[in-house]
Amino acid sequence: MSVLTVSDLHVSVETEQGTKQILKGVDLVVKQGEIHAIMGPNGSGKSTLAYTIAGHPKYHVESGSVTLDGEDLLAMSVDARARAGLFLAMQYPVEIPGVAVTNFLRTAKTAIDGVQPSIRTWTKEVTESMKNLRMDASFKDRNVNEGFSGGEKKRHEILQLELLKPKFAILDETDSGLDVDALKIVAEGVNRAKQNTGLGLLLITHYTRILRYITPDFVHVFVDGRVAEEGGPELADRLEAEGYDRFIAPAGLPTEA
Amino acid sequence: MASPVTLTTSSSSPKKADAQDHSRLGSKQHSDGGWGLVPIQVRSARFASYDVRDFEPVSGQEAEWKHTPVARLQPLLTDPLDGDIEALTLVATGGPATIEWIDRSDARIATAGTPEERASANAWSSFESALSIRIDSETPTEITVHRSGLGDVPRAAHTVIHAAHHSVGTVVLQNSGKAMLSENVEIVLDEGAHLTVVTVQEWDDDATHLASHFATVGRDARLKHVVVSLGGSVVRVNPSVHLVSEGGDVELFGVYFADTGQHLEQQVFVDHDAPNTRSRVSYKGALQGLGAHTVWVGDVLIRPTASGTDSYEQNRNLLLTDGARADSIPNLEIETGDIAGAGHASASGRFDDEQLFYLQARGIREDEARRLVVRGFLSEIVQKIGSPELESRLQSAIEAELVGGSESTLEGQA
Ligand SMILES: Nc1ncnc2c1ncn2[C@@H]1O[C@H](COP(=O)(O)OP(=O)(O)OP(=O)(O)O)[C@@H](O)[C@H]1O
Ligand SMILES: [Mg+2]
Repeated sequence: MSVLTVSDLHVSVETEQGTKQILKGVDLVVKQGEIHAIMGPNGSGKSTLAYTIAGHPKYHVESGSVTLDGEDLLAMSVDARARAGLFLAMQYPVEIPGVAVTNFLRTAKTAIDGVQPSIRTWTKEVTESMKNLRMDASFKDRNVNEGFSGGEKKRHEILQLELLKPKFAILDETDSGLDVDALKIVAEGVNRAKQNTGLGLLLITHYTRILRYITPDFVHVFVDGRVAEEGGPELADRLEAEGYDRFIAPAGLPTEA
Repeated sequence: MASPVTLTTSSSSPKKADAQDHSRLGSKQHSDGGWGLVPIQVRSARFASYDVRDFEPVSGQEAEWKHTPVARLQPLLTDPLDGDIEALTLVATGGPATIEWIDRSDARIATAGTPEERASANAWSSFESALSIRIDSETPTEITVHRSGLGDVPRAAHTVIHAAHHSVGTVVLQNSGKAMLSENVEIVLDEGAHLTVVTVQEWDDDATHLASHFATVGRDARLKHVVVSLGGSVVRVNPSVHLVSEGGDVELFGVYFADTGQHLEQQVFVDHDAPNTRSRVSYKGALQGLGAHTVWVGDVLIRPTASGTDSYEQNRNLLLTDGARADSIPNLEIETGDIAGAGHASASGRFDDEQLFYLQARGIREDEARRLVVRGFLSEIVQKIGSPELESRLQSAIEAELVGGSESTLEGQA
């Protein structure tokens, strides 16, 4: 069984004011088939964790490690990490002008699998996944994320998750900006992917509402670049009722903008 | 990202160019008269003549030459040019059109424009016969003019494309092989005509090509003009469009890919000279390698006669490596307060790292991700051509540029 392991991870970014420490020792073990929710206030470092695992060049790993089945992910290029079985659904997916969705999906699938998918089954699979996510067929011919609404971008991310079949997926605030109907559709897509492939999930969210549709096995509360508390799904319910105040107030940080 | 526009207020309407009027042949360009020494601010005030002898020698400081490596094209500026190009031109047509070679004195010549610089005038003074293409048919027709065996001899060419009222057609000028060429292309659209003109430069690495395209767009007529420059040492294509009648519409597209040492230039001029005319200018380029240089100048003039004008121009450049340089100079002169819209945008930059990250995060290797982004960036323009066969051929030509420069294209092998 595959395992994604994050150990004592320290990460900084270069800012105009100098080097800024964001992650201050993160430990996390995600096994295939498990769902981990990472919850925390704005600016606590959730996206930083996601991007660092995926290999965004902006984030500098000061110390610690990230491994997938014992293999050093941090030593791999961004694309090699994806081919090793990692997927990141972005909080803000970028537009790529002139690159059609079909072309993009096929190129990605070919890269991940190492061989071109057979045309007939692939086309069918894409069409079916799009239908499940209530994406109009016309999206295939549109350019990647160009002019997509916030909700459409998120569905497009989940479409890729379903088609690329990673071992581990990190969903960075996939729920934000979605209305209830879209939230359900997206959650269904994630659950379907899990059922079909048994992937491990790292579900980053600020709110508990997506957890009504995707039940986590573990909840980690992220505060100021660290895991401040861990528990089962009941911890999410507690956060729902109490908010993050109890983690933030005593130490007086961080403040929200 | 619209930057401020140059707003020129003029007390009198500039003299309207009369293409049939050769009277200016008698006038001379004066180096003390606001040419060269005093920069001309307004595009409408440029000197124009059909005769090369009316032009001062080119110093390289002039507004229309200052970005161009004039030393590399001396023969086209100074020497007499070989004006007999008939045997070297191959015309293929896929539909009804009248194609013939016409004499210098033919009335169809000088119907769309007058040279505004010396190389253009030199070609005008030198050509022996002109290729005349006339489209009358309302069913779409496509004509391709192939030029591939021009060699090193400094040459002049002249082409007149006439789209009769309500005709629909496409003319492709397809260039490859060696060349030292200066040419003028006149484009006339009668009332309601829909014409697409595509000029494709896939010259050999050492070729030099200067082209001036003059278009005049009649009432409710629509011109789509596309410049594709991929191969050649120095290639400069300057399209100039006169919207002389109400409801005239022009779309000017360009796509270029400059490799090491290549100079690719385009000076676009749109002259709004009648009410309710519309123009869209969109040029995109990629640059790769040391000394790759591109120039885009976009002049849009909205005359007092052009109330209700709707105009937008943009240029975007993608710098793929260090040592490349993209000049991008939009310029808007607005002489009437009554316009529907006028704007411009210009941006030159490196790869968007976020785009690369997104693609790589989907398993796509860096070099392939870069290719996807560049191809996507440029194909936005190619997709506008509207001729599927030509589009896919050009996509592969761009592909070839991306994977390593000097690979010959299908056309080159044919
Ligand atoms: N490139 C950067 N330059 C400066 N500061 C940065 C940069 N990237 C991240 N940060 C800072 O690091 C902290 C953590 O950011 P991060 O995006 O990881 O938070 P988050 O938990 O995902 O927040 P949110 O809930 O708003 O998405 C924030 O204070 C943020 O401003
Ligand atoms: Mg975030």
